[in-house]
Amino acid sequence: MNFQKPHELHERRKGRNIGVGLVLGALIAIVFGLTVVKVTSDGFQTPATLTESN
Amino acid sequence: MTDASINTASAENEAQFGDYFALLKPRVMTLVVFTAFVGLLAAPVSVHPFVGFCAILFIALGGGASGALNMWYDSDIDAVMKRTARRPIPAGKVTRDEALSFGVALSGFSVLMLGLATNWFAAGLLAFTIFFYVVIYTMWLKRWTPQNIVIGGAAGAFPPMIGWAAATGGISVESVLMFCLTFMWTPPHFWALALFMRGDYDNAGVPMLTVTHGRRATRVHILVYTLLLAVLAIAMGFTSAGGPIYLTVAIVLNLLFIKGAIAIWRRDEEDAERDNFAAERSFFKLSLLYLFMHFGAILIEAGLEKFGYGLSLGGLL
Repeated sequence: MNFQKPHELHERRKGRNIGVGLVLGALIAIVFGLTVVKVTSDGFQTPATLTESN
Repeated sequence: MTDASINTASAENEAQFGDYFALLKPRVMTLVVFTAFVGLLAAPVSVHPFVGFCAILFIALGGGASGALNMWYDSDIDAVMKRTARRPIPAGKVTRDEALSFGVALSGFSVLMLGLATNWFAAGLLAFTIFFYVVIYTMWLKRWTPQNIVIGGAAGAFPPMIGWAAATGGISVESVLMFCLTFMWTPPHFWALALFMRGDYDNAGVPMLTVTHGRRATRVHILVYTLLLAVLAIAMGFTSAGGPIYLTVAIVLNLLFIKGAIAIWRRDEEDAERDNFAAERSFFKLSLLYLFMHFGAILIEAGLEKFGYGLSLGGLL
């Protein structure tokens, strides 16, 4: 098996990559959280209910 | 992209996460977050805490995006001024193109997300704020008129209005007065700074009032704006966002602020040189406390109102 030594670039950009990863993780959490809040709010209507009321 | 091209940056010039964060002007963002938060909480409509958190986050990101676009456009003058020479672009950490792409992408993202999280009126207001700060202020008026600070102040004054709009979906007297508070506060705050931070703006060729109309005229302008600000700040106390606590804070701080402005107005350059601009420096420090305490008082009034202890003097305005 051949393990390659990590490129120097990976080491140099490690902090940046971790940061981007955390930001993307936070974005997923925010979109998920917003979705939960919106669909559980009183005024939420599904497209089907909207069509029926029209 | 070849291996050779991605390796051109040396290790010390490699942009780190913090450099991209610095493009967002985090210090300005704290003011945006605080005032937007106050605007959101002072609104008569309650918002789900998570939606409120998201609204503040996206308003802050929008403010940060406009900061990045400002750094993209102003990188030439940032390199000349001592105060800004260590920003990511003049320091060689981030290229101008990267800052532009970052700013544009983040602007679109923040507006879209604010619209989805709250309402499209607030999102439109955020989009207008970004446009105003980047195009009207940075690209057009900053290098052209000595009233640049007055116009730039408007961009910084929008966040509480956006916070209010995120909750209510509209504009009202209270949100307009919160806008006016920051708008009228900005010129005396920055002109006091320009009086004792001499040279920086001259070197960059930015037409500051101190240079174009002289330091005497700047002192007069500080006094006039401070007096106008006091009227607006106290008027705020008679809206639904104000109350006895706010009014007390506003009266005390405005008296102190007017006293400071009169001291600056009465001095000439010889007096100022003699004590190393002590009056100007203390006025500048007071100006920071001034804005924080006014918005802090609105926040306290909003908190008391929410818990049923509100003593609003609202309805008069």
